[in-house]
Amino acid sequence: MKISLGPIQYFWPKNKVVAFYREMAETPVDIFYLGETVCYKRNELRLSDWIEIAHQLASNGKEVVLSTLALLEATAELNSVRKVCENGEFMIEANDIAAINLLSEAKLPFITGPTINSYNIQTIKYFQALGMLRWVMPVELGRQTLKKIITGLDPENLPQTEVFAYGKLPLAYSARCFTARAHDLPKDRCQLKCLNYPDGLLLESQEQRSLFTINGIQTQSGDCYDLRSQWREMKRIGVDVMRISPQAENTSDIINDLYANIQNDEVVNYAESGFCNGYWFGQSGLEWVAAAE
Amino acid sequence: MELICPAGSMPALQTAVDEGADAVYIGFRDDTNARHFPGLNFNGQRAQSAVHYAHNAGVKLFVAINTFPQPAGWSRWTDAVDHAVDLGVDALILADIGVLAYACERYPHLALHLSVQSSATNCEALKFYQKHFGIRRAVLPRVLSLDQIKQVAANSPVDIEVFGFGSLCIMAEGRCFLSSYVTAESPNTSGACSPAKAVQWEEKDQVRSTRLGKILIDRYAPNESAGYPTLCKGRFIVNGQTYNALEEPTSLNTLELLPELRAAGVKAIKLEGRQRSPIYVKQVVKVWRQALDTLHKEGDTFTPRVEWMQQLAAVSEGSQTTFGAYSRPWQ
Repeated sequence: MKISLGPIQYFWPKNKVVAFYREMAETPVDIFYLGETVCYKRNELRLSDWIEIAHQLASNGKEVVLSTLALLEATAELNSVRKVCENGEFMIEANDIAAINLLSEAKLPFITGPTINSYNIQTIKYFQALGMLRWVMPVELGRQTLKKIITGLDPENLPQTEVFAYGKLPLAYSARCFTARAHDLPKDRCQLKCLNYPDGLLLESQEQRSLFTINGIQTQSGDCYDLRSQWREMKRIGVDVMRISPQAENTSDIINDLYANIQNDEVVNYAESGFCNGYWFGQSGLEWVAAAE
Repeated sequence: MELICPAGSMPALQTAVDEGADAVYIGFRDDTNARHFPGLNFNGQRAQSAVHYAHNAGVKLFVAINTFPQPAGWSRWTDAVDHAVDLGVDALILADIGVLAYACERYPHLALHLSVQSSATNCEALKFYQKHFGIRRAVLPRVLSLDQIKQVAANSPVDIEVFGFGSLCIMAEGRCFLSSYVTAESPNTSGACSPAKAVQWEEKDQVRSTRLGKILIDRYAPNESAGYPTLCKGRFIVNGQTYNALEEPTSLNTLELLPELRAAGVKAIKLEGRQRSPIYVKQVVKVWRQALDTLHKEGDTFTPRVEWMQQLAAVSEGSQTTFGAYSRPWQ
């Protein structure tokens, strides 16, 4: 079982990003996904800055993938995806069909990210024929469906399977910026308010139940998804990579815990409030299922 | 521009045809379509009657098979495609790559439209679907501004259809899991957003509350009208403020944008609302038929009549309408 670190979903200042990856380079993460996937206006790092980080991580023996924007509206956004796809060096995680089109036309291998709707065997095989080497399961799917998908694929030609295993779940993307709205600002003059929320902005029901996390145009789960206790089950099913989503704090602890569990072949149930895992068990995403392994 | 109208029942379909739809779109009575609600949609016999009724009037019939099958249900989706082909419908509105591949390979001459649920927002995505599956038309998600629609339409290899009126999805369609996060069912997996079986209405001390699953979506004072608890339209707390943090209960209405949509090269206007009553369909189709006919006559001098706007507002969520993402300030 490999551990990956997904793209940073939030908007952090450049120095925090650089320091973050310097720290992460020392962790047992196998695969790094780098780049901005949520909002084109988050401009603290340019592509050249990401490539520089990519080089540093690669020289530490890490696999590096560049992730593309999930929602492409303006021509400039599409062009930014073109540039990432043409980097000539690093593999790409396609988060929109546009990137798949560009990469397959260029005969380049690719990874499909969690916002590509891979819900069935036929879809995954179709992408494989176009050069897909690894797919990330859509977050709303669970282990039963995953099991059926993997057993239905060609065992001689299995793609790698990756599961979003820790972090706030990316649930939706909109034209509207909800962070700007929370500050009563229009999106076009958002003052980059996302910088104020390194772990997103909590949205609660009127009964103070955490519901969603606002992250610019993205809406995430209010609770943190945690499938760390499921690593053995995932291994049995045939999952190759477990993805940890970067947190403003404590990301290395989460990685180290998971790594230690896998190394020691033990399952630790982390049942704390503020966590959810329902999707994996075929329930509402926000549920917490006490994990009977 | 063609007028594409919704029908969730035979009376709605007949009304849409009679009021001047150019095409009507329907779904089958299962989770293969994104309006899978109890009592709605068409089984085999009804679907056959629907095709006859539409075709006798020279109106096209499209079938939406636009959810994302998982392995356990796969054959339901291919059966739906086969069934629609047997019925002799004019186009299928599809979303899933696997289903598109099936339909394209099995029925190479079948007209395929790309559903809004595919979330294709740009010309590269449209090129992909055209090249691989030969789609002839794509329905654009309700996340693009008018300028962005112009850009996409100018570079699109296929005809463009956009939403003109109806309930407003504020998230990129096909990529929204808010509903399954709370109810285990989403448009992608079950063909339902905020499904009715998860809804609870409560009244206590004159305060009405709406819940979806375990989550309080909104509370209403006695003088407020309570809306259906769609997750993105609830009142929630953010930074200590209670407000419609994502969106108000409102409907999309683009009547005023018609000349610009036409100038952008948009080929068809879609009206939302397969889940709505025949009365809604009658009201909305009637207004839009008049509007498109008037646009045809008046060209760029077209302005919507006040009474049309009033009639549309009357059947809108929260009795109010918006341009949605078509307008930058909304975003």
